Amino acid sequence: MSELALTIVRLAFLGLLWAFVLGTVIVLRRDIRQPADASTASRASKGSKKRTPKAPKPPRVSRKQKVRGTKLVVIDGPLVGTVVPLEGQQVTIGRAPDSTIVIDDDYASSRHTRIYESEGSWVVEDLGSTNGTWIDRVRITTPTVLPVGAPLRIGRSTMQIQK
Amino acid sequence: MIKKRRNTELALLIFAWLLGVLGTLQVGWATGEGTPPRLWITAGAVAAVALVMHTVVRIRAPYADPIMLPVGTLLTILGLIMIYRLDVADARRAQLNKSPIPTPDVYSQLTWFAIAGILFCAVFILLRDHRRLQRYTFTFGLIGLILMVLPLAPIIGTTVNGATLWVRFGGLQFQPAEIAKILITIFFAGYLVKTRDSLALVRTKVLGVGLPRPKDLGPIVVAWFISLGVLIFQRDLGTSLLFFGLFVSMLYIATQRRSWLIIGFVLFVGGAYFAYSNFAHVEARVTVWLDPWTYSDTTGYQIVQSLYGLANGGILGAGLGQGFPNLVPFASTDFIVSALGEELGITGVFAILMLYALLIERGFRVAITCRDGFGQLLAAGLSITLALQVFVIIGGVTGLIPLTGLTTPFLSYGGSSLIANWVIVALLLRISDRSRRPDTSQISPDDAMTQVVSRV
Repeated sequence: MSELALTIVRLAFLGLLWAFVLGTVIVLRRDIRQPADASTASRASKGSKKRTPKAPKPPRVSRKQKVRGTKLVVIDGPLVGTVVPLEGQQVTIGRAPDSTIVIDDDYASSRHTRIYESEGSWVVEDLGSTNGTWIDRVRITTPTVLPVGAPLRIGRSTMQIQK
Repeated sequence: MIKKRRNTELALLIFAWLLGVLGTLQVGWATGEGTPPRLWITAGAVAAVALVMHTVVRIRAPYADPIMLPVGTLLTILGLIMIYRLDVADARRAQLNKSPIPTPDVYSQLTWFAIAGILFCAVFILLRDHRRLQRYTFTFGLIGLILMVLPLAPIIGTTVNGATLWVRFGGLQFQPAEIAKILITIFFAGYLVKTRDSLALVRTKVLGVGLPRPKDLGPIVVAWFISLGVLIFQRDLGTSLLFFGLFVSMLYIATQRRSWLIIGFVLFVGGAYFAYSNFAHVEARVTVWLDPWTYSDTTGYQIVQSLYGLANGGILGAGLGQGFPNLVPFASTDFIVSALGEELGITGVFAILMLYALLIERGFRVAITCRDGFGQLLAAGLSITLALQVFVIIGGVTGLIPLTGLTTPFLSYGGSSLIANWVIVALLLRISDRSRRPDTSQISPDDAMTQVVSRV
């Protein structure tokens, strides 16, 4: 092997090593920019951008589109930062290990609260917890609609529905 | 819908494999060996192990993180390239001295990689849900402790180069502490998730610092004393540092109390000073760290050769096969980073550090997105294990901190370490599959005849 060829191989190896690192970073970036639950939303916004010159079609009334809010975000408490996509199924919250969100909190009950979809909005129902489920500062007693952005307090955790 | 990204993972794996082939060819060409004789067998074996791991992830954990497996594979491949390169150098030297050519290490490392791959798959097949591990918190803690004491046992324990951390069964030799660190992490996670509320909230004031009740602290302090005591008797600084760092960081993450960091730091400084003034081998390490050049012919030889190697590498490196990494004693185990630094330069070392950073970042990301406290603590603890190990060994090799014998994850020659790190990646991927998977298994209690509870 000539000296020149070896130098080229040497630099190519370093270049490819960094290409791998950059490749992984790009994968990560896509993962962050297009979080799990937002893919439908972003597709919709892309479509509408292209279609702006045309007259907008009357929006189809489907169950999915009517539901406000797409994810449940824990904004305070031990699980802060956790995001649970809301995709039509109900979400259960409590200390029981089979809950969707398992909160380890002495102030929460095993099966504390469930959140489910009903007629286009998200409804919170307390499952007979000891310390109650609170929307903002009001303790709920019956299934109550949870508006987007309203703080839902369970034990020492606070969560809210975000779009 | 959540993207699974399994094809991205496959593409990155192929990229890593091609880099491996190119690197091996470069070693062959640069050293004048020509195309390595068994290149395609070796490359084929690596590809087979990686593909099996990928397939198992695809079937058993389709939502798992897509980049941890390729990054771990690339690090293992870089290690294999460097071990092969050192084999070539050793054979050369043996030829010059007219002594018998030593058996190459690269094939046994390849075998260990295959075993690590089998265990990696076993984690996915045997463990459907990481929350099962929580049931065996104290069992794992006990086994972990026994494994750590094992090298002190009379017949099977072995002392190599002053540190008693090997166990020998027949011809097989392994370091039980590597496996123990995983079990102890599971124990810490399971224990802390149960007790963190009382650890964080119930406190008595002592001299203005809020201290937890002795009752809450008991088990973990006992575990800490035993592990630290054992490690002083085994004269293994690195592992002792690793366990202590892990212990303090997990307490901090679990309780979110900064006072643990202060208590930990005070304990660390006290312990370090005690070890420095009472143990000759610790004192020797510190003296060499402060001024390696005075002892460049004796105790400082290794670190001085490592620094010369890194200097020789410079910015772009000497090129694979064109440096003299074999001049550093233990180049393929403790000092593999200085060998890679010499041949790939600072550009290559930074790429390797980036790979570690990505792996650890993904681990912490798993911890953040996980929906149960045990999984969060376990993922964070496993990532911290990796991070501390990388910091302690690369810091030691480059002269930033006193040198302690730890293996470089994935890169170093050695079976126990390779296996343990692949099991860590498998556990992290298992947890990440759980946390990224959309929750579709739930049936509304209204629809179901009886309440359906998913098995844990």
